[in-house]
Amino acid sequence: MSIERQEIEKLATLSRIAIGEDTITEVSQRLSSVLELVDQLQAVNTEGVEAMSHPMKATQRLREDEVSEINQREALQAIAPDTEEGLFLVPKVIE
Amino acid sequence: MHNLTIAELVKGLQGKEFSSVEVTQHFLARIAKLDANYNAVITVTADQALKAAAAADQRLAAGNAPALCGVPILHKDIFCTNGVRTSCGSKMLDNFVPPYNATVVENFEQAGAVVLGKTNMDEFAMGSSNETSFYGPVKNPWASDSVPGGSSGGSAAAVAARLAPGATATDTGGSIRQPAALCGITGLKPTYGRVSRWGMIAFASSLDQGGPMARTAEDCAILLNCMASYDAKDSTCIDREVPDYSATLGDDIKGLKIGVPREYFSEGLDPDTEKAVRAALAEYEAQGAELVEISLPNTGLSVPAYYVIAPAEASANLSRFDGVRYGYRCDAPKDLNDMYTRTRAEGFGDEVKRRILIGTYCLSAGYYEAYYGKAQQVRQLIQQDFEKAFEQVDVIMGPTTPSPAFKFGSKGDDPVAMYLEDIYTIATNLAGLPGMSVPCGMVDEKPVGLQIIGNYFDEARMLNIAHQYQRATQWHSLTPEGVA
Repeated sequence: MSIERQEIEKLATLSRIAIGEDTITEVSQRLSSVLELVDQLQAVNTEGVEAMSHPMKATQRLREDEVSEINQREALQAIAPDTEEGLFLVPKVIE
Repeated sequence: MHNLTIAELVKGLQGKEFSSVEVTQHFLARIAKLDANYNAVITVTADQALKAAAAADQRLAAGNAPALCGVPILHKDIFCTNGVRTSCGSKMLDNFVPPYNATVVENFEQAGAVVLGKTNMDEFAMGSSNETSFYGPVKNPWASDSVPGGSSGGSAAAVAARLAPGATATDTGGSIRQPAALCGITGLKPTYGRVSRWGMIAFASSLDQGGPMARTAEDCAILLNCMASYDAKDSTCIDREVPDYSATLGDDIKGLKIGVPREYFSEGLDPDTEKAVRAALAEYEAQGAELVEISLPNTGLSVPAYYVIAPAEASANLSRFDGVRYGYRCDAPKDLNDMYTRTRAEGFGDEVKRRILIGTYCLSAGYYEAYYGKAQQVRQLIQQDFEKAFEQVDVIMGPTTPSPAFKFGSKGDDPVAMYLEDIYTIATNLAGLPGMSVPCGMVDEKPVGLQIIGNYFDEARMLNIAHQYQRATQWHSLTPEGVA
């Protein structure tokens, strides 16, 4: 199936990826080609087939609610683009 | 020295024939001299390696050192290494220095292995040719105009070029087996849950699995002994004893039932590649194995199912790269949204962005059931194919790839042409099964891989089967020109 320009713009918003005006046509063509491939799935009869979530049907384990990690705040903030007094800085959100 | 296998290096180190410092210096010198030809290594950690080698020599002198003590290896740049840049082949993480080790990295460190550096890869492991790396493509040591495969192309090329005797790698849809095949080495993708994914940068969490690459099955066994472990930090890791993969390598394979899937020898398979794979099957027959024709009828659906599931999971996993806590951030953002959208537009390459968009589409309101839900059902059908097959046979064999290494740029602009490269490898990831690639021939002076697919947690038997083949053949010891 082919994907419309409007839809590309919506996907760009949802995935927080800026797509330049000059590349929209190209992006749309390539995505359409991938969607054409995956649309083969629509023809498969999957009535009554359970969706697979883990190959060995394993479920999430539970553990005691105990502290297991040491505090690495400084090491973790040392690699951030911008921090101040232990906080991660981002552009102003509220005027 | 670089032509020694890991097994031989272990013997030499434990027998004090040479020191780890000597071995490490030798391989570091090779990387410095030769890697300009291959671009297989992104970061060389010479100082740390020499320090680790000296420490390993002390442990070796004291006795009782683990097998891998003092053996140099390379890590794929997807595994977090404490204090060493971990880029995942992306501009997004070009400046990322993790403050911790992945469990796999920790396991090797505990064993005293020496890390020479980090290997090149397709960006976020998305690719089958290494052409999507931010650091430029890796060249195939067998043919410099051809791809090494991907996404673990750097690890595969480094092992083939004898820049390291072994390397770690990861496989989401064929990223260990396909480059192993194209570079003429041995690679194993273990059962989903056998190797910890903690600290391994996530692409598609229900498919990703780490595994070893080396020249021989015997060496892969030694590496997997260290790599496989139960890890409470990975919630999908399976709590199951790790056998000694080296102990059963010598077992007889008489009476082994090998399933040969009709669908893996159909249209699209290069005739010379087929010939090489058929010859390998004949060798197994000569060793007393029995070939059984089987059918995996849903094989053709594995690529479409994968290209829903993998991008969907990737779009969720890669949402963490937002320019706030680590990694790339765009210059002078106007506001928060501008920072997110430009950071991600500038930090990710085209293929990664494409997959995020596809995944977002498949997960978006109104499409979830039709795409992701449907793909997970098809995945169940694919798994049932294998379940039925393993009622009749012990292992399944076929080609790893449809043809030998292709030329750079030859898959053109259509992403789907590249996706079909993984047609024989993707189904095992969807089913969570272990798969292996073993060199089994040469076509146009490029290597061809035999794929061995095992039942869940049957890695020991697969390594045994591969080892018996390598005892009788020489394909795994061929050396690319200019490497010796």
